[in-house]
Amino acid sequence: LPGGKSAVVGANVMDAITPKALSTTYNNFYEFGTDKADPARNAHTLKTRPWTVVVEGAVAKPRTYGIDDLLKLAPMEERIYRLRCVEGWSMVVPWVGWSLAELIKQVEPTGNAKFVEFHTLADPKTMPFVGSRVLEWPYVEGLRLDEAMHPLTMLVFGLYGEVLPNQNGAPLRLAVPWKYGFKSGKSIVKIRFTEQQPKTAWLKAAPQEYGFYSNVNPKVDHPRWSQATERRLGEDGIFAKKRPTLMFNGYESQVGQLYAGLDLVKNY
Amino acid sequence: MNKLLLHPAAKPLLLALALLPFAQLLWGAVANTLGANPAEALIRGTGDWVLRFLCITLAVTPLREAFGLTGLARMRRMLGNVAFFYGVLHFLCYAWLDMGLDVPAIVADIPKRPFILVGTLALLLMVPLSATSFNRAIKALGAARWKRLHQAVYATALLGLLHFFWMRAGKNDFGEWAVYAVVMAVLLGWRLRRRLQRHSGVRLTS
Repeated sequence: LPGGKSAVVGANVMDAITPKALSTTYNNFYEFGTDKADPARNAHTLKTRPWTVVVEGAVAKPRTYGIDDLLKLAPMEERIYRLRCVEGWSMVVPWVGWSLAELIKQVEPTGNAKFVEFHTLADPKTMPFVGSRVLEWPYVEGLRLDEAMHPLTMLVFGLYGEVLPNQNGAPLRLAVPWKYGFKSGKSIVKIRFTEQQPKTAWLKAAPQEYGFYSNVNPKVDHPRWSQATERRLGEDGIFAKKRPTLMFNGYESQVGQLYAGLDLVKNY
Repeated sequence: MNKLLLHPAAKPLLLALALLPFAQLLWGAVANTLGANPAEALIRGTGDWVLRFLCITLAVTPLREAFGLTGLARMRRMLGNVAFFYGVLHFLCYAWLDMGLDVPAIVADIPKRPFILVGTLALLLMVPLSATSFNRAIKALGAARWKRLHQAVYATALLGLLHFFWMRAGKNDFGEWAVYAVVMAVLLGWRLRRRLQRHSGVRLTS
């Protein structure tokens, strides 16, 4: 899946790209198991075609897209984003896709649309751990509408120039590079525009640990570990000191203005 | 079985066996076969083995009494020391791989995070036990006092269990934790029952 060069500011970080062998075998995708190696082992059962994405809620033109419509909706771009997991590790991944704003503009959100909800697939037949009690299924994530409209917020169909492997969220997923990785839902089946802040999966499971915003922020610690530093997988040796985590994962100049005046400690 | 346990080679053999996971983790770290996040694999791997060897150590007395395996008794202190060894490794992995051996940061981190505090307490409780794990210490302390001191291992086991519970609580992922909890409940429950029986026994004969 080739992608052209992106004109979006901040779309190509200079960091070394994480080897594909790591970023496609070390995944959090609990529908296929909670161990990082589980998704690569188990996700072969996922059927990515036919695939539809329902776009509904506070929009003038609700619509159900087939995966082939989405692949053609906008020109594919390759973007090299940092991915910072809330657990304290990070990767650098060359994603292929386009800005979610392209789709949002097509469906024309109404004045009531304040938030966007992303529902991901929960199919017990193909996802062995959908029955587990770790989270409430389906996995739901959400963004404020202005966050979703930001050009860096990306709908992803591929990585390393290839079609997304199942364990990375095929056939389409989100990439929101300034937020912790869990904000970027995998295998999306529904996009819903709402007036109320979405009740997201981790917020329901552990509200004191995972907030709605979950912006990467080295100054706001997770209750069980520090977020000040991170381990870059494949690059930092076992005994290397962890590297400092950057405010908004290094995308502060692009997204900082979205949060002007917002208390980021309270709104973690 | 008891004959095998009393064989002079049994103890060194068991020790070698108990250190196999350490060798495996060390080899994995050197050969880089611990997956994408080797630091995490080492921290978690050593922690798993602390809990396992605590269970194994606590199983010695019940197994000895239930099956008449008197030969097991001489393994008990060694197994406890193995648990302590993995505990020290676990702490070192945290201090080095997670905290970069930054002492002020570690000192600040421990009281800040309840699950790390509890884990550290569990390890500290094992220090006097490991330090008195030789015959002369038993003589110096007197068997009764030594025994009472070494009952601190029950607290270590429970704190270790709580530490692991909190670590998994964020993901509501208690499957593996429940296995350790059941094993420890059986092993500690067996002791509690025995103690209660002894007390009622005393009353019957008096």
